[in-house]
Amino acid sequence: MKPGHGEILIAEGDVDVPEEHDELVDAFREQLEAGMWAAVPRADSGGRRQAQMVSSFEAVPQDADRVIFFPRAAGGR
Amino acid sequence: MLLAISASVIVVLVLLWEVAWPVAAEKIACWRARRARIEVEGYDPGRERRAEQRARTLLRSCVNEEEWAMYSDLGFIRVWGGLSDGPLGDRDGGGATYAYLIYPHKPIVAYLPQTRRLLSEYCVTFPDETRPYGSTRLPDSDDVLAKWMALTGDERRIIATANMHLPGRQVDPKQVKRDLWRLGQWEQARLRDQRRGAGSVPAP
Repeated sequence: MKPGHGEILIAEGDVDVPEEHDELVDAFREQLEAGMWAAVPRADSGGRRQAQMVSSFEAVPQDADRVIFFPRAAGGR
Repeated sequence: MLLAISASVIVVLVLLWEVAWPVAAEKIACWRARRARIEVEGYDPGRERRAEQRARTLLRSCVNEEEWAMYSDLGFIRVWGGLSDGPLGDRDGGGATYAYLIYPHKPIVAYLPQTRRLLSEYCVTFPDETRPYGSTRLPDSDDVLAKWMALTGDERRIIATANMHLPGRQVDPKQVKRDLWRLGQWEQARLRDQRRGAGSVPAP
């Protein structure tokens, strides 16, 4: 998510392909180092949607088809 | 006599001028400032509109059908709270079912659905300090999605990060009460539609 732009594709690839896996890990790390939060939208068995916050690439569920990065929250006025 | 009156009038006028002129000058400056055309660097309404469209698409792909319909129809999303001791800890409403209303670029409002009592406002922002397009502000629907993800993903952290205030500090409580009433009406209408749909016999 970016101000003035909305959704931007940062990287895509198949985690089972070693080169693409490394690219995804690098892109993931880069976003976290830039101060972004990462979340994976999920649906539970009852159909309820929710997000799962992830703080490392290893924590991303295997079946996740995307990770959304958004600016870190700050207390507002 | 005439000379004395004239002198007095002049003195009064000078004194009035001394007192009134700074106030008048300030008012004129404010009026000019309000009328001045301010160029916002890098602001492009078309780009902002496209950004909002992309943000809406992303939001729709993440939330469920009911939440999306709620946002489209009412302009906010309700998220049920999941903390066992409530958003305020044990202090108030602990154990009771509670929920949040998520508005774009407004504080998150916590309330008790059964009584419609407002609990608190949580002021939170998601500033992008890189200012990629001259602004730190996400499109409306991205702001809603960020709050939704933060609340459903890690409610405790977002509540701890936000600045908590009593209801009414930024969001008008009357507006929230109206929104809760609208939400109730909207849910009843949806339920009626669903029942009608379930009761109907599909054509062969």
